[in-house]
Amino acid sequence: MAIMRPFWPTRDSSVHGELDRMRRDMDRLFGGLSGRSLREPMAGVFPLTNVTEDTNNYYVRAELPGIKGDDLDISVTGEGLSISGERRIPEGKKDASYHRREREAGKFSRMLSFPGQVDTGKVEASCADGILTVVLPKAEAAKPRQISVKAV
Amino acid sequence: MTASEAKALEAKEKQEMSTDVEQTRPGATFTPAVDIFETDTGITLLADMPGVKVKDLDIDLQKSVLTIKGDVDSPEGPNETYVLREYSTGAYVRQFALSDAIDQSKIDAELKDGVLTLVMPKAEKAVPRKIAVKTG
Repeated sequence: MAIMRPFWPTRDSSVHGELDRMRRDMDRLFGGLSGRSLREPMAGVFPLTNVTEDTNNYYVRAELPGIKGDDLDISVTGEGLSISGERRIPEGKKDASYHRREREAGKFSRMLSFPGQVDTGKVEASCADGILTVVLPKAEAAKPRQISVKAV
Repeated sequence: MTASEAKALEAKEKQEMSTDVEQTRPGATFTPAVDIFETDTGITLLADMPGVKVKDLDIDLQKSVLTIKGDVDSPEGPNETYVLREYSTGAYVRQFALSDAIDQSKIDAELKDGVLTLVMPKAEKAVPRKIAVKTG
């Protein structure tokens, strides 16, 4: 049987060059997404939060400039923390003309869940200089327990 | 057209700035979001700088260039590990060219809940004066 010859010009550089370029573009597109998901999201829910942990507690921090404790509504269940509230920006004076307007006002609401159980009775939240810090003590069952290995 | 009074806030990534002048300490530098508005009597600037305390805030005015700088301490304790990290902590820096109309000796600054309010009154001669036009 005769070997079929391809219809398109067999200048490999053009075909494979095209495919190569497309592959590189796709790599860059998806590589960018997977690389960033470990660090910062491209479009997230307000407020952006950082969650850290040590042996005894989870710590949730969020940047909320201009927001006082009274503007916030924080509630916690066994495995979830809910942060909601409203950022208000005071009205400018009547005859003011704005050169720049970059800050935004509005409502926000966010749920966070944790890898382990938290002790809901001992959760504390504080807000200072526009940073909200919530300390959630881990439930006893969720704390790591060292297991000693007996030599036999 | 239905427009709700308070729309839902969307998260915006912090704007990291690249400067020609390098900072001596390592760490990212961010541009704070500002509102600037002008009335007949002066210019008011409001900047979102969460995490900046009064002692770490530096406002500098030289040759009509206003520089706002706020350092932010990293709030995480030494034994904490990250479970989720959506933002980085770093200093806030922004510069503006001020017009000569500002009376630089009367600038008032207040930092509260991470928001800096700068009130810059216009110099007397720059306050617009209405001139009555007579018809004759």
